[in-house]
Amino acid sequence: MIIAILFYVFAGTAVFSAAMVVFSKNPVNSVLFLILAFFNASGLFILLGAEFLAMLLIIVYVGAVAVLFMFVVMMLDIDYANLRQGVQKYLPIGMLVGGILMAEMILVGGTWSFSEGRNDVLASKTPILSDVDNTNAIGNILYTDYIFLFQLAGLILLVAMIGAIVLTHRTREGVKKQKIHDQVRRQRDDAFEAVDVKSGMGLK
Amino acid sequence: MQITLFHYLTVAAMLFTLGVFGIFLNRKNVITIMLSIELILLGVNINLVAFSSHLGDMTGQVFSLFILTVAAAEAAIGLAILVVYFRNRGSIAIDDASGMKG
Repeated sequence: MIIAILFYVFAGTAVFSAAMVVFSKNPVNSVLFLILAFFNASGLFILLGAEFLAMLLIIVYVGAVAVLFMFVVMMLDIDYANLRQGVQKYLPIGMLVGGILMAEMILVGGTWSFSEGRNDVLASKTPILSDVDNTNAIGNILYTDYIFLFQLAGLILLVAMIGAIVLTHRTREGVKKQKIHDQVRRQRDDAFEAVDVKSGMGLK
Repeated sequence: MQITLFHYLTVAAMLFTLGVFGIFLNRKNVITIMLSIELILLGVNINLVAFSSHLGDMTGQVFSLFILTVAAAEAAIGLAILVVYFRNRGSIAIDDASGMKG
C-alpha cells in the first residue's frame, strides 16, 4: 500500500514537472522543474530496486547536467519573450504528433505480452538481493561482460570534454600573455647587436 | 493495489510524449528543446529500468547507465555549441539558423 502511494506521488510529480518544463515561460523555471522531474524519477528507480541508478541520476543529472543548463541559461543574455512567439502557431502540430505518438504507444502497450521462454534468454540474471546488493550486481557485470562498452563510454566523455573545450575556447586579441616558446627560442642575435663605434664619429 | 510494470511504462510513455511535444512547441528556443531531449531520455531510462526490474535482468540497468553517459556528453556538447552560436549571432533563435542553407 505504502509503495502504491509512493509510486503515485513520484509519478504524478514527475509528469507534472515534465509538463511544466515544456510549458513554463521562463527557462530558469524549466530547468528547476527538470531537476524536480529527475528527483522524482530517481524515487521511481528506488521503488524499482535500482538504488545505484537512482543515486547516479541525482549526482550526474541534478549535480552536473542541470547545473550546466542553469549556468548557460543565466549566463547568456537572451530575450526569452521573443523566443516564446510562435508557440500558438506550433501548438496544433505539436498536439497532432503528440497525440499520434500517445495513441500508438497505447496500442502497443495494450497488445504485447511476454513470451513463454523469457526466463531462458536473460543476458545477466539479477542475483538475490540478500546476497549481493544492487551496486555490487551492476559492478559484477559492468566490469566483466560490458568492459569494452564501459571503456567506450569513458572515451565518449573524453571526446565530449575535448569538443566542448575546443568549441568554446577563443584566443583574445590584445592580451599580454607569456609566450614560453618565443622566450626559449630567443637567440643572442635577436636581442642586441654589437656595433663597432669609431672614435669621434658617434652612432648614426 | 498492486503497482505493475504497466504503471511504470505509462509514466515513461507520458514523459516521452511530453518531451516530443516540447520539441514541437518551443521550436525557437534551443534550451527548451535540449531540456525536452533530456525528458525523452529520462522516459527511456524509466522503461529500461522497469523492464530490468520486472524481468530480473541486470542488463537493462547497465544499458541505462550508458544512456546517462551519452546524455551527459550530448548536453555538454550541445551547450557548448549553443554558447558559440550565441557569441556569433547574439541570439539563440534557431529559426534563423540558416547559415548552411540546408
